[in-house]
Amino acid sequence: MDFSFNEEQTLIQNQVEQFIQRDYDWETRQSLAESDLGFSQENWQKFAELGWLGISLSEEAGGFGGSAIETMIVMEEFGKGLVLEPFLETIVLGSSLIDLTGNAEQKKEVLSSVIEGNLQLALAFTEPQSRFNLSDITTEAKEDGKNYLLNGFKSVVMNGPSANQFIVSARTANNQRDIKGISLFLVDANSEGISTRNYKTVDGRRASELTLENVKVSADSILGSLDKGYEFLEKGVDIATLAICAEAVGIMEILYKTTVEYSKTREQFGQPIGKFQVLQHRMVDMFMEYEQSKSLLYMATMKHVENAPDSKKAISGLKYQIGKAGKFVGQESIQIHGGMGVTDELNVGHFFKRLTTIGTIFGNTDFHLKRYSSI
Amino acid sequence: MDLKFSKEDLEFKQEVEGFLDANYPLDIKEKQDRRYPLDKSDVIKWQKILSKRGWFAITWPKEYGGSDLSPTKKYILQNVLAEANTPILIPFGVNMCGPVIYSFGTEKQKDFHLPKILNSDIWWCQGYSEPGSGSDLASLKTKAEKKGDYYVVNGAKTWTTLAQHADWIFCLVRTKTTSIKQEGISFILIDMNSEGIEVKPIITIDGAHEVNMVYFDNVKVPKENLVGGEGQGWNIAKFLLMHERTGIAGLAAIKRELNRLKELASEIYTGEDTLLEDNSFRKKINETEIELEAAEFTELRTLSAIAKNGAPGPESSILKIKGTELQQRVTELFVEMLGYYAHPFFKENELGSNMSIGPDYAAPVMPNYLNFRKVSIYGGSNEIQRNVIAKAILGL
Repeated sequence: MDFSFNEEQTLIQNQVEQFIQRDYDWETRQSLAESDLGFSQENWQKFAELGWLGISLSEEAGGFGGSAIETMIVMEEFGKGLVLEPFLETIVLGSSLIDLTGNAEQKKEVLSSVIEGNLQLALAFTEPQSRFNLSDITTEAKEDGKNYLLNGFKSVVMNGPSANQFIVSARTANNQRDIKGISLFLVDANSEGISTRNYKTVDGRRASELTLENVKVSADSILGSLDKGYEFLEKGVDIATLAICAEAVGIMEILYKTTVEYSKTREQFGQPIGKFQVLQHRMVDMFMEYEQSKSLLYMATMKHVENAPDSKKAISGLKYQIGKAGKFVGQESIQIHGGMGVTDELNVGHFFKRLTTIGTIFGNTDFHLKRYSSI
Repeated sequence: MDLKFSKEDLEFKQEVEGFLDANYPLDIKEKQDRRYPLDKSDVIKWQKILSKRGWFAITWPKEYGGSDLSPTKKYILQNVLAEANTPILIPFGVNMCGPVIYSFGTEKQKDFHLPKILNSDIWWCQGYSEPGSGSDLASLKTKAEKKGDYYVVNGAKTWTTLAQHADWIFCLVRTKTTSIKQEGISFILIDMNSEGIEVKPIITIDGAHEVNMVYFDNVKVPKENLVGGEGQGWNIAKFLLMHERTGIAGLAAIKRELNRLKELASEIYTGEDTLLEDNSFRKKINETEIELEAAEFTELRTLSAIAKNGAPGPESSILKIKGTELQQRVTELFVEMLGYYAHPFFKENELGSNMSIGPDYAAPVMPNYLNFRKVSIYGGSNEIQRNVIAKAILGL
């Protein structure tokens, strides 16, 4: 048993850490969040040059053949800097799915551009009624000669505004919630019949409501095989769940440490507030929740990499823990910072907001507790 | 023991409901029902309507323009107003400064200020906290030095709610350096138009401008604006805290929001069932309901004790903590109910413009959750509240 990173992995970790320290100070991050794009194209190019974009993609797809461990390392560091660049959306959620399902041509065409930093992706998998159920899909794809016509509505599509290509889950057979009869389509964002309504989300990122009206796509744009998209969709979302949990662990580390530091310097009643036992115990609990989360992150990531039979279950256990711990650590960080904690100026509130959205994205605690017990 | 309201009380309830039907302005109701922010003018308009009916300064003695409603009727009035989701009254004038002035002020202060508070002609804000003095309020440093007919005030106040709208501010200031820090504090009324005052917004995590920094740079305040004499500030602050305690829990509003949550959750499907029928979500709603019912009856016990003995019993001390915890829990459940649709985010000034993504009630849900993190911090953090109970009630 060994929980240490190998030399290459340590190198990546150091690289990302250095990037955040040198190029991603808090003011820079905040101005990016307020910018039209919502992140920096220049940074994205830098990620490409440093090889981060292809780090966990297969060599066949032009990547470096890394695994979920490399993704975890990058995402945990990104969490510490509250990085806005859509690595989760384009690389983990989008590219992994294409890597899993795509044919050689799709991989070559799409993923080489992604790895070069020239293409953004978004997975359009949620609908207003679907909540966290990946198979609750009403968007339809109807055969029309050699093409398919897509009609439907996708909600809160993360990275929608920047996406050049959408991966759309659509029903090609069966009924609304069947896991059979779902297909994944690669759809160009400029296709006729696509309209988006773009907006900011509370964590400073960007998303879209996506309407598809008779969007014509060729049968070649199906990822994997017809009607069999669910299995891959679930796998892709599981991979992304691991990644977003790694981000949350990075965030929790920053929050508990920042709070401890603050409690050492903020004085009330003639002493640092960190001397008060009631706050000490609370901060110890925050620290413990962080450590427990990290343990489950390592466990679930390794089980996934080793393709263990209970890998899915481990991922749901992890997401449950992250939801629970994230809420606790986030809320307590604000409480212990007092009035300062609720200001927009201090970074604590922003870390809290991202933990809040992470708690929902890919399923909240209730959803994953049920999934855990059903597996 | 008797759980029922008297016939007279029930008639009063109907009277209030009838009043609302006839007098609650539709434009304000529309904003309130959508949970959109109100303008200053909306708040003033509503306060004036209540004041005209004699239901604004209900805790004041009759001689100053208050009411002689029984404690039960006051409770009924507040509950009916909260159930109908009428605007929350801005407490700084009517519930805070007013009682201080009629209890400690000079005749001149009473004559000048009380009618203006009653009529909402002056918007008050509260200058208590300072950057270095939050929970430890008595360590405050803003100084008022007597020079001739004036006090010269220097310092900074923080978390000053709605100071951007305020005409006057009541402040705790240090008029003397004393070994017991509470003894050198005085209570003073300051015109916000005085030279040397600067208000700077503090934007909170919900994107709203609700609180401010207020800076005082050699601000000249007439010495007759001091209330209750030099060194009386701390006693007045303690008096205010007692005054503040009843009604702070806002339980009727929590109940209203919880009922709304249930109604909305019954329209959201998670597979075949609605979210309200979902075991996990329903359990959380029910747990909250039970705790709310307990708090409601704690409040009623307090009310009954006041009616009987003229003073609340120890049970009243838990209401601020329980009330704020319940408020936060309900805002949290709203976020959970919405799922992904809690994430689209609009700032305060974008809220009233029909920009909702997803269900039409979605936009204010996340800002509300974020904003309500403050309730366990302000007015004495819940840690301080627990310290007070430990000391004053449990004798620890």
